[in-house]
Amino acid sequence: MPSSKAIVVENLSKLYRLGTPADLTTEVSNPVIRLLKKPINNFRKYRSLYTFTEQELAGQTAGRDLLWALRDISFDVEPGQAVGLVGANGAGKSTLLKILSRITPPTLGRIVIRGRVSCLIEVGTGFHPELTGRENIYMSATILGMRKVEVDRKLDEIIDFAGISAFIDTPVKRYSSGMSVRLAFGVMANLEPEILIVDEVLAVGDAEFQRKCLNKMSGIGKEGRTVLFVSHNMAAVTRLCDRALLIRNGQIAMDSTAEEVVHEHIAGGRSDTASREWPDINLAPGNDSVRLRAVRVIGRSGAALSAVRRSEVVGLQLSYDVLEPQQVFSPFFTLASDSGLELFSTADPDAGSTQVPRQPGRYISTAWMPANFLADGCHYVGVTMRSMRTQSRPFAERDCIAFTVVDDSEHVLGASWWEGRLSGVVRPTLDWTTEYVPQNMVIEG
Amino acid sequence: MQVVRNMSQYHPENQITVIDPVRRWGFPDLLELFHYRDLIYFMVWRNMKVAYAQSIGGFAWAFVQPALQVLIFSLVFGGLLQLGSDGVPYPLFSAVAVIPWTYMAMVMNVGSSSLVNNAGMLGKVYFPRLIYILNPAIGGLLEFGIAVILIIVVLLYYGQPLTQQAFLLPLVFVLMIAVPFSVSLWMASLTIRFRDFQIVMGHLMRALIYFVPVMYSSSEISPEWRSLYIINPLVGVIEGYRACLLGSPIFWDSLTYSIGITIFLLITGALYFRRMERIIVDVI
Repeated sequence: MPSSKAIVVENLSKLYRLGTPADLTTEVSNPVIRLLKKPINNFRKYRSLYTFTEQELAGQTAGRDLLWALRDISFDVEPGQAVGLVGANGAGKSTLLKILSRITPPTLGRIVIRGRVSCLIEVGTGFHPELTGRENIYMSATILGMRKVEVDRKLDEIIDFAGISAFIDTPVKRYSSGMSVRLAFGVMANLEPEILIVDEVLAVGDAEFQRKCLNKMSGIGKEGRTVLFVSHNMAAVTRLCDRALLIRNGQIAMDSTAEEVVHEHIAGGRSDTASREWPDINLAPGNDSVRLRAVRVIGRSGAALSAVRRSEVVGLQLSYDVLEPQQVFSPFFTLASDSGLELFSTADPDAGSTQVPRQPGRYISTAWMPANFLADGCHYVGVTMRSMRTQSRPFAERDCIAFTVVDDSEHVLGASWWEGRLSGVVRPTLDWTTEYVPQNMVIEG
Repeated sequence: MQVVRNMSQYHPENQITVIDPVRRWGFPDLLELFHYRDLIYFMVWRNMKVAYAQSIGGFAWAFVQPALQVLIFSLVFGGLLQLGSDGVPYPLFSAVAVIPWTYMAMVMNVGSSSLVNNAGMLGKVYFPRLIYILNPAIGGLLEFGIAVILIIVVLLYYGQPLTQQAFLLPLVFVLMIAVPFSVSLWMASLTIRFRDFQIVMGHLMRALIYFVPVMYSSSEISPEWRSLYIINPLVGVIEGYRACLLGSPIFWDSLTYSIGITIFLLITGALYFRRMERIIVDVI
């Protein structure tokens, strides 16, 4: 081995085969023949899932059914370095993580890892509800590659970290969800690998517990162990990592300090997921009376954005074509958090209450959300059209677009951030009033 | 703070992992498997615990179940149907066959579907996938061990003397583990890609008991069919147990056949499994 690097990634590529609708047109119309040919086609289809021709691997055939989740990625990580992986959903971060953790093999290229790796992709891997807390610690830790003697030594520390010593011999099925998550993270946090690969596991537990986890993580980094950290939490990336990689469309778009990469990700992020358009009206969602033409997230200036600051107003905008007169349409947006929780729905109040039909033609509606209202993280926007006359929904696009809110307020970016990451699905800035009550004025009982 | 690493510990400083595309054929990494021996232990233990969790009988069921089966077989085939049992009392004849059969059937059943059934887990964490196939083979031995007490009780009850053919017992025992293990290596790998094999396996298992001399004696098989009959590697194991424990003649033909087929299945199965285990997550 030529180097002492902790991780060396060389020309790594991962190719996936997607489903194709081809069978419908090329198939002989006779259903009997189709039925007989079905097993042969199925065999070819399932066989081809992971086998690729030389042309396909060389990228010469632009097959519709091929997806390069990663394309020719190379980088290396020094021992003791903490590297953040940043990128939009579907950019290839998770695929890279899965290859690094040996869950799935690369299609081309190779990785050389020096040292023992622990890969935390999900909290509570290997937990079984029938086992007690103590038994699950052993189960989970050995799945993550620890030896029993190591767990013996760490047991008290893990139990202590999770703060559930009273319930340690109770089956986990009787735990609250918070308790089992704390226990699971306790196991992970006390692993002692040379290389730690972490995927977004911090998004669990209450604020107090998250702080504990992040402290533990930064402690691991300081001990000189190598950390690879994937997150949508930009503040955590800048806090934990010296260096970050920006992944875009399966390639490394930027490799620099964490601050610069986070800035690039927020500022220059392509807005392809934050806006969608349907140039061909026949393919647009909807029916003969109304069709959706575009959905986007906009800032105050009206420009489409994929990442917005919490301190600025955000507009959700849709364009639709009304194609029939005498119809009353009321569009509404539904905003959902990263975890799929619906935060709220908001409907166009005019159309809904006045019941006055709108002329055929193009309409552009914008719903403005106030500044200092959303929490940081990824948000998904769904758009639905209600037809008031026919009591139907011409279109309902769930999770149609997505955007990221970055919390730029003082308490997040400032030094005091570490002490209290705020929890909750929204983060409104409220008017607080505080009055001083002198001690002798407090009336007991 | 721990400064000095215990010498017996795993030395990660020397550990280099190379991750590359699936190209070459190879055998599963046994050294790595050895490193995960604690996981094997805990998984086997967990499966035992979960299987009998919250039942009053607990582990006693591991004894009751085979006893009931021997009882039913003795009543139906020995009592009602009066099937020939080579001059041995039917319960004795049945017990030495039913218990290995139960073990082998369980290993094949659980082992073959183990990868598909644990697809969720496979996508989240890496450990040698072979552990899933090993688990039922090892875990089943615990239940088998308890059921062996039943065999001993029945042997003592009928005053069956220990024959000199018992020297073959270790071989038959190893074969009993190897046969279903090699079958599940193949079936688990095939099931990942083509779910058809799961359906096939279900039917196969239901039919298989009629093609193994468990309820009846293999001496009832007409000689012209025997060469076909013993292709089934399970036949050699059951006949082997009868020969070792009941003193019936050793059928070298079925035993050598069984060993040959098992070695073949084991080698090819290990190669194929190694190839499939890496792409499981992409094709499952």
